[in-house]
Amino acid sequence: MTPLYAARRRRNRTMMGLSLAATLTGLGWLVAILAVLLWEGVSGLSLAVFTEMTPPPGAAGGLLNPIIGSLILTILAVLIGTPIGILAGTYMAEYGRHDRMTSVVRFINDILLSAPSIVVGLFIYEVMVAPMGHFSGLAGAVALAVIVIPVVVRTTEDMLILVPNQLREAAAALGTPRAFVITTVCYRAAKAGMITGVLLATARISGETAPLLFTALNNQFWSTNLNAPMASLPTVIFQFALSPYKDWQVLAWAGALIITFTVLALSIVARALAASRTQS
Amino acid sequence: MQPIRRRSVVDVALQGDVVEAYGVAARAKALNRLRTVDVVFRVLTRAAALGVLVILGGVIISLIDGSLPALRTFGLNFLVEERWNPVTEKFGALAPIYGTLVTSFIAMLIAVPIGLLIAVFLTELCPMWLRRPIGIAIELLAGIPSIIYGIWGLFVFAPFLQETLQPFLIAVFGDIPVLSTLFAGPPYGIGILTAGLILAIMVLPFVTSISRDVFDAVPPVLKEAAYGIGCTTWEVVRYVVLPYARVGVIGGVMLGLGRALGETMAVTFVIGNAHRVSSSLLAPGTTISATIANEFTEAVGDLYTSSLIALGLILFVITFIVLAIARYMLLRIERRIG
Repeated sequence: MTPLYAARRRRNRTMMGLSLAATLTGLGWLVAILAVLLWEGVSGLSLAVFTEMTPPPGAAGGLLNPIIGSLILTILAVLIGTPIGILAGTYMAEYGRHDRMTSVVRFINDILLSAPSIVVGLFIYEVMVAPMGHFSGLAGAVALAVIVIPVVVRTTEDMLILVPNQLREAAAALGTPRAFVITTVCYRAAKAGMITGVLLATARISGETAPLLFTALNNQFWSTNLNAPMASLPTVIFQFALSPYKDWQVLAWAGALIITFTVLALSIVARALAASRTQS
Repeated sequence: MQPIRRRSVVDVALQGDVVEAYGVAARAKALNRLRTVDVVFRVLTRAAALGVLVILGGVIISLIDGSLPALRTFGLNFLVEERWNPVTEKFGALAPIYGTLVTSFIAMLIAVPIGLLIAVFLTELCPMWLRRPIGIAIELLAGIPSIIYGIWGLFVFAPFLQETLQPFLIAVFGDIPVLSTLFAGPPYGIGILTAGLILAIMVLPFVTSISRDVFDAVPPVLKEAAYGIGCTTWEVVRYVVLPYARVGVIGGVMLGLGRALGETMAVTFVIGNAHRVSSSLLAPGTTISATIANEFTEAVGDLYTSSLIALGLILFVITFIVLAIARYMLLRIERRIG
């Protein structure tokens, strides 16, 4: 074996060993985070977490109002964002596939997709909270909707482009107007993918904190009033985790566990749905 | 499952016998209605697509509008002044900008090599049946909400670093001229280095998944030819895969950088929120997003609020540029592949 050959082999071994080590590191982070979360979160979980309000420092309590608040904000945001996202994606895939405008919108949308969410919070603060004069659940939902829209636009467009043109042509040959071709044929063919997109968007916003900090703010008490500040799990975790009170920190861990598993479950369901689509 | 009303409208247009039963006038009316629906739908979708542009325009305009008072008062000095004093209402963005850039730089320094190596493992070494599960596991890291990274970083990771890595760095580099200033001061646990490390974990899945996708897109013929002349796996990766996938990898890295720059909650927990530019990586600092998250609701006075919005504007401009470059790069590789 020549020295050169040995050196090349050694080099290869080292690099491949490093890549294995890198993978183990990556998986190690995941395990480290989930294990701590389970450990700390499960010890904080109890029935009271789901049935009682957030307590003042030093008292017992639960996370009922932030859980409900998060549900309301998330559902409302999805209800606002999904139709706009689907319609915009429809235009890009169906009407203006080769438009100049479509490529501009696609580029901007991709940037909005990864734009810092705290900037979205500032934007909604400027256009809703400041003019209205107070923080509100509605502003929080709109802020989240702004984050939903790019995700839904992207998946809708991608999925509609995958629908074979023959389907559209067949429907059009029967004399079906364009709008009905899209709503009755294309949407149905792309349904699984579009639902995946909405699920991914839901997963994304259910853990978002930054855009809620100065739109929905927070609320120590039970409130379903959309015109008033509203509690949400992420903001409560933020407040409780940074507090010096042990009870609050325990609740923060319980909340963190609830959020993480909701988000992971949503994204796993979305993945399974997307996988079943590609196989069938 | 077909809605009944919609079917009847379509049927009127399509089926002759029904049309006769309705009469000519009814047919014309039905067709007119279809035309209206068609036009309305088209206009609606176009409006929604324009809506995406309106959102971007709205973000830019509202940020500029909100930051005008601060920019008028401080001018361009806002970018280079370190002071941040809510009492005397003197604000400068240097410390947050510095913190944002340094934490993101640390994150990329760690995440890019690890991410690339994982992508190499997934595309070249990993047995087929393990590729999907490992890929999904790495991507799950991206799914964990950033506040979870924050609480984990504050209660687990920062104390861990305080006891292990930071004293080690101080001990090792304490006597080396330049490096000793980088790792000076007591090990607080929280600080710029900790924030950078957390960001690295958060950015890792983005770098990995995009690198893996572009590595996968390298034509097998090229790799097989290299293997055929006796290249080792590493040589194939180094001299065939990486050059081919370069543009895509840079796109993925920039996308990750965009994320790191704008990341808020995880950083807010562990950076320490201190408005100063410190040469030591172990010292507490702040980033643009952490400053906004920490101080916005407590900001009293228009100038204070406006300064924070100006910070948001700076962040948005920086990330916009980085993300635009990322998208452009990825678009280029997509064209080449597709």
